[in-house]
Amino acid sequence: MDIEIVKVGMADLNSANHPCMITTLGLGSCVGVALYDSQTKVIGLAHVMLPSSEQAKNRSNIAKFADTAIVKLVDDMVKLGAKKERIVAKLAGGAQMFVFSQGSDLMRIGYRNVVASKEKLQELKIPIVSEDTGGNYGRTIELYSNDGRLMIKTIGFGVKQL
Amino acid sequence: MTISFDELNNMQLDVLKEIGNIGAGNAVTSLAKMIDKRVDMAVPKARILGFDKVSQILGGEEMLVVGILLNVSGDITGSIMFILDINAARQLVNILFGNKEATSLDFDELELSALKEIGNILTASYLSALAGLTNLRIMPSVPELAIDMAGAILSVPAIEFGKVGDSVLYIETEFSEGITKVFGDFLLIPDVDSYEVLLKALGVIE
Repeated sequence: MDIEIVKVGMADLNSANHPCMITTLGLGSCVGVALYDSQTKVIGLAHVMLPSSEQAKNRSNIAKFADTAIVKLVDDMVKLGAKKERIVAKLAGGAQMFVFSQGSDLMRIGYRNVVASKEKLQELKIPIVSEDTGGNYGRTIELYSNDGRLMIKTIGFGVKQL
Repeated sequence: MTISFDELNNMQLDVLKEIGNIGAGNAVTSLAKMIDKRVDMAVPKARILGFDKVSQILGGEEMLVVGILLNVSGDITGSIMFILDINAARQLVNILFGNKEATSLDFDELELSALKEIGNILTASYLSALAGLTNLRIMPSVPELAIDMAGAILSVPAIEFGKVGDSVLYIETEFSEGITKVFGDFLLIPDVDSYEVLLKALGVIE
């Protein structure tokens, strides 16, 4: 059976019913937050760019920030029939693409995105079952509805499955 | 007041584009001096693109690209990136080493440092054009280089632009030496507080 493939862009999110695969390409310092409800097989993926909407001057795109994107993604999944108590999370991305000797703020954004995503998930009582974060390389990720597996592809660092 | 590229009017955009032209022109002149050959340049195109379209730069999120990033300090702070397709990087290195005919997409240490140096020269001449026009003191750091998927490399400038708006400003350049054409893009990434300084110095806002 052919499954539907849904793409998530930068600062974007999407959810879908089984059977489906949601993918986001070339994650760098952004974080991919993959959510899965094993019973209904509803899946959701957010491509988060920034840790928090709180200091942002322009909050029109809620998919851009870890705090607002995760809440919206969970809501969307619940609308598709998922149960919040059953949702689990997998994280990927948050790399540091460039390494500067004087560590500026710009350079630690990947790490901060990961921390902010974890804090929001913890607040919503969504367990993080696995993660592949950090490093200095890009990742393409694919989330599958049939078993909730997250495939991670890189250039030069192989393929991983979470 | 916070300004983002989303809200600029056409006149303001034209000014930024013009800097792109002058900057890229300077950059090409420097490159010609460096390789001691005639280098031609097409008129650079400045564009403002939404995040959803960012991946179209260089042909898709998973395209292998070379990104060279420098931090900027002085009267404005931020960073500047020169990004080019991996094949274009190979061509550029070949030109630099006297029309070498290598095709490998793996670069050795010497070639990598040559690429960094090209990025350094191109971005520094771009910045000196900007500094000259605005009378601002603008100093670049040493360059850092990364080779990876376009989406991942572009996430770095996109995140910075993301703090103020939902789009990026980039300047597309095309230069050629003989029959070899090389395409590359500049992204000037001012810190949030530097937009106003920059636009004021350019006389496009009061």
